[in-house]
Amino acid sequence: MAQEQVGQFGINHVSILDKDGNVDEKLASGFTKEQISEMYYYLNLLRKFDEKLFNLQRSGKIGTYAQTRGQEASEIGSGLALKENDWFVPSFRELGIYLTRGTPKNLLVQAWNGDTRALGNPNHTHNLSLSIPIASQCVHATGIAWASKIKKEKDVTIVYFGEGATSEGDFHEAMNFAAVFNLPIVFFCQRNGWSISTPTNKEMKTETIAQKAIAYGFKGIQVDGNDVLAVNKVTSQAIEKARSGDGPTLIESITYRMGDHTTSDDSLKYRSQEEINEWKLKDPVVRFEKYVTKNNILSEEEKNNMHQTIEKEINEAVEQGLGVEKPDPAQMFEDVFAKMPEMLQEQKEELLAELEIIKNQEEEE
Amino acid sequence: MVKMHMVSALNSALNIAMKENDNVVILGEDVGVDGGVFRVTENLQETYGEERVIDTPLAEAGIVGCSIGMSLNGLKPIAEIQFSGFSYQAFHHIKQHMARIRQRTNNTMSCPMVLRAPCSGGIRALEHHSESPESFFIHCQGIRVIMPAGPYDAKGLMLAAIKSEDPVIFLEPKKIYRSFKEDVPEEGYEIELDKANVRKEGNDLTMISWGAMTRLCEETIEELEKDNISVEHIDLRTLWPLDIKTLVESVNKTKKCIIVQEATRTCSLSSEISAQINERCVLNLEAPIQRVTSWDLPFPQFALENYFLPNKTRIKNAVKKVLEF
Repeated sequence: MAQEQVGQFGINHVSILDKDGNVDEKLASGFTKEQISEMYYYLNLLRKFDEKLFNLQRSGKIGTYAQTRGQEASEIGSGLALKENDWFVPSFRELGIYLTRGTPKNLLVQAWNGDTRALGNPNHTHNLSLSIPIASQCVHATGIAWASKIKKEKDVTIVYFGEGATSEGDFHEAMNFAAVFNLPIVFFCQRNGWSISTPTNKEMKTETIAQKAIAYGFKGIQVDGNDVLAVNKVTSQAIEKARSGDGPTLIESITYRMGDHTTSDDSLKYRSQEEINEWKLKDPVVRFEKYVTKNNILSEEEKNNMHQTIEKEINEAVEQGLGVEKPDPAQMFEDVFAKMPEMLQEQKEELLAELEIIKNQEEEE
Repeated sequence: MVKMHMVSALNSALNIAMKENDNVVILGEDVGVDGGVFRVTENLQETYGEERVIDTPLAEAGIVGCSIGMSLNGLKPIAEIQFSGFSYQAFHHIKQHMARIRQRTNNTMSCPMVLRAPCSGGIRALEHHSESPESFFIHCQGIRVIMPAGPYDAKGLMLAAIKSEDPVIFLEPKKIYRSFKEDVPEEGYEIELDKANVRKEGNDLTMISWGAMTRLCEETIEELEKDNISVEHIDLRTLWPLDIKTLVESVNKTKKCIIVQEATRTCSLSSEISAQINERCVLNLEAPIQRVTSWDLPFPQFALENYFLPNKTRIKNAVKKVLEF
């Protein structure tokens, strides 16, 4: 019997910006002031917009909301690495990517208020709508990337999911298909520590998530997900690798869900305030603020201007998003089949008759 | 016209669609080199290459999920699930995504694709290979469900399904894959979707069927005619959306109705048809609607399948009941 090692694998972890705002000069040197400024704007926009949406839910103005707080660098860093024609396939906690993709903010307010009209963006057909079932979007993204390859188009697909998704069969099937057909796709795992109340170590026993890529035959890499520079660099590299025909990458972005799972959750039931406090010290937005201030990359005036713009944009978006007329109830029949089947037409007429009765009753009262 | 069985008719339809439209791709387990375990996709990979006729890993959710993505990105995927009994592993993608994407995106995206799956029993197959799952799919609001009853219908319906702007589940009854041939045009043609087919006019009762049951009904009707019973026979072709108008028109004329389906009874398409006809024709009905179905049991091991599936005796009993009521 002979025994020999037939494979040897390792996983790299990338970080550029530490929690105190100090950078690895060599790795940070590639970023222009324009890029830094853009990151600063989006990080702060996301933080403030997320806070606003949370508050709107608390005051009963929108429905259940899934906060992004804590994951700003992970989202903005990766979102800014995409080209306009690249495909963005979200799960449901990627508010930041919608922002970097230029989705009108009023539509995002409207969408979190349960209004179908705000879903889907006719001006940007390469952004998918939220996908709430866990991991299923990974397979759709794989199909999208596959079509790009078959059509010989150069678009890359990026798909987002949390670490809980890696427990699902769909994650496995997507990773395997992407590998077998060498597809132009980036699997972006936002490892935020918690799947509602289940911590990462109860989702899996592997040391890293990135190593799972090795089992499928492509590269996995781990990045400090609270470091916008590192996330941007790693994602850009993965996207360009995919674009040049060298296949998929799995990115494990280590971050932390500072808020509850959604506004319907109370995370103190299953995690400690101490843990949350510990992660506050690694806050991605604060960290970047320290960096740009310490290195005088942005002046106080430049920063203030951006904060004012952000506030104005958010206020306008909320006003517009909440101010829209209520949707026409009969509209729900329109968006199911290309041409409404006769049986649905009949049911639509039943609804219209019902609305007429309600209207008459209200007039009598 | 050429005499074709259903497998060749489907193969001919797929060949025509692939020739006409470069965006049509076929994917599934063993659909390429092998031509599918029933040979429906035979020779297509040879003609159109590995990139358009794709042998996938063995993963139903992967096949259907990827097809959804391909469709979103402009291709027209025709996915094969090797046996409909294994489609449940992809059910989540069918119900929660394929059927909903148009609604979820405010009509800015849609998911036109065809999901083919051999279905139904009667060929002494192993467990899980014989079910008739159409009701599950009909209950996924937002998809079209089709089941052809013979070679001519299969080709025309398949070509129409591939042109459909909505997702289609195309269920192919294995028992009639090769059991009989029909005259089928070699060139392409489409059969209108969402329209039932009055296969035979009659006066004494309306008999509604689909899939492999249509052939069984036809054979039974021939025997009934010897007893001077005149049956109006309607095959649904498209199971959903249901062409209720054609059914109602016929029942209002004959005043009696039986529904023959291979699937089990409770909460099935026959339940829905019966309810709809009762809602619309109750004052014209002269007998309670009879349903001829399989029993409400898991499909048995094949030694007993002939006692499970509808047969001529079961159909004739139902006919007797409505006529003697």
